Amino acid sequence: MVNNIALLTDVPILNVQLLLDGLLIGAIFALAAYGLALVWGVMNVKNLAQGDLVIMGGYIAWYLSELGVHPILGLPIAIVLMFAFGWVVYFLIIRYVIERDLFTSLLATFGLALVIQQLLNLAFGPEVQITESGFAIRSMFEGMVTMADIKFIALCLAAVLATIIVTFMKYSRMGQAIRATAQDPRAAKVMGIDTGRVYAFTFALNSAICGAAGVLISMIWIIQPFFGMSHSIRSFVIVTAAGLGNLPGVIIAGLGLGVAEQYAGFVLGAELQQFSVVALLVAVLVVRQIVQGRRRQAVQ
Amino acid sequence: MTSKRVQILLHGGVLAAGIIAPLIFPNYTLQIAVLWVMILFAMTWDVMGGQMGYNSLGNIFFFGAGMYTCVIVQIGLYYDVAKYTAASGMITVNFTPEQYFTGLALGMIAAALVCAVLAVILGWIVFGLRGPYFAIGTLGIALAAGELFSAWEYVGGGGGIALPVYPGEPDDRAYFFYLLCFTLAVVTFAVLRRIYASRFGLAINAIRDDEEKAEGMGIHTRRHKTVGWCISAFFLGISGAIFGNMIGFIEPLEVAFPTVTFGIFMVVMALLGGKGTMWGPVIGATLFHAFKEVTWIHLLGWQWVALGAFIIIVVVFFQQGIMGWIQDKRPHWFGIVVDEAGAAREIELEGAPRRTGAAE
Repeated sequence: MVNNIALLTDVPILNVQLLLDGLLIGAIFALAAYGLALVWGVMNVKNLAQGDLVIMGGYIAWYLSELGVHPILGLPIAIVLMFAFGWVVYFLIIRYVIERDLFTSLLATFGLALVIQQLLNLAFGPEVQITESGFAIRSMFEGMVTMADIKFIALCLAAVLATIIVTFMKYSRMGQAIRATAQDPRAAKVMGIDTGRVYAFTFALNSAICGAAGVLISMIWIIQPFFGMSHSIRSFVIVTAAGLGNLPGVIIAGLGLGVAEQYAGFVLGAELQQFSVVALLVAVLVVRQIVQGRRRQAVQ
Repeated sequence: MTSKRVQILLHGGVLAAGIIAPLIFPNYTLQIAVLWVMILFAMTWDVMGGQMGYNSLGNIFFFGAGMYTCVIVQIGLYYDVAKYTAASGMITVNFTPEQYFTGLALGMIAAALVCAVLAVILGWIVFGLRGPYFAIGTLGIALAAGELFSAWEYVGGGGGIALPVYPGEPDDRAYFFYLLCFTLAVVTFAVLRRIYASRFGLAINAIRDDEEKAEGMGIHTRRHKTVGWCISAFFLGISGAIFGNMIGFIEPLEVAFPTVTFGIFMVVMALLGGKGTMWGPVIGATLFHAFKEVTWIHLLGWQWVALGAFIIIVVVFFQQGIMGWIQDKRPHWFGIVVDEAGAAREIELEGAPRRTGAAE
């Protein structure tokens, strides 16, 4: 461990590699976390299946690329499919959970996560997969830093998607209805907003966002049916650290998590990378508790 | 028939069934032993989740911690643990029967005590968290522990650790561990029953119903919460110690800290039976275990999907559980007098049949 830290100070260029990788993957974490913040903020549903929706999107892209569709063309297809999937899941499960206590949504979405990961396992097998995008890998600083073009493209796509979502939320009728419902569902209902439809749309939108994040992750990283839980935990870390309805916070926390994870993996060793993510979750919760001090949060 | 006689018959029946079951079905001794462990899981979860309203998703942490404590004591008493695990089961160390049983007994005691102490330490961290943050925080602790033990070479890391071999016949071994599991579950039931009937039980119920008010009434909520968690941890630690020895091989993610399987099952089992009741977790665990075993045999490959769907259905559509449902339909069986005019008030006083935890 100490050797690894010494290595980082002796060869500072390694930091560039870690930072770069961390920021690029962190942007995608932030995208998925924004979806969680949306569902949490609007419908008060804590979605433990978030990561599994991400992995599902990744598998759609992977399957399409096996059929010969380039993953960047697969992205819109995955978004549409995942949107439809989210809509169906809403009507089957989520709509019964909204009015219930917080624990119900955690457990019900956990059951959903179990079903999704097992169906993916049955359909595609437990092997680790990666979607080939066929872009070049370039090296910088005399080969000390490698950078795949696809990572940069993924970052741009994530930024474009985020811009589209933010614009949509701000200016479209549906986006305004979603924000109104988040503020006060009863008042929104009185004003003639069909809140049921808003909830359905919100969950479907979250599912589509996750799907898009999954496509990007399958291109620059790896996917496997059982990786969903760690992506869910990442989303929870980011949202808990940033708070709800705080887009800049989500982006910063997402990038920070990406970088922190890369450094933890390098310094502590790959076998503790998963641990560092979960430990970060506990740490964030504890810090949040200390920051709130003695101010009691009412049990909702 | 008076309710007293019903109770005696019920308890006697379950005890008799528990003792006779492995003699009738000798091939299923270990499966039935696992059922008793499941019942224990549901009962210990219910101390926090049902009676106190703190829905922990990470109680399985104590199961794994107890398991590892026990194995370290068992081996550490007579050998060097690091040397033992480094060989990863290549050397077979023969424990004499005397060494084996001393190690197991001391290991179980150590597991119980270590887990109770861990509960105090962790309680200090997590009891400030409320509602969903408590659930997520405890889930995080259990997941983190699994990953941490995977990387800890002293106890074998991700490769796991083989336990001392039982000195005796396989059939004796099965029956021995069956009796341990059965006794532990029965003792847990008796202790919890005694506790729920005491002032302590009333206090933790008050915390569930309204923590702020309970504190206002002079209940030291933090101490009660910690003691409640300690009780859970104490019995879970022993169950981990027994379970590890019963399986014979410990691996951090699948056996010791199965957070996303047993860790969640214990919650679903308690919900299915009816949380916050004495018999609910027992019934829930039995049904859940039966469902699981049947799907495992008949739905090759699809069993996990069926189980996930089952969890969703229980959580979303049947959260009051079997006991809650019966209480709803036949309140007089529970000594709740249905006075049509004052029914609503009465139910409120007796503890509402639909306990939705932190819903209000």
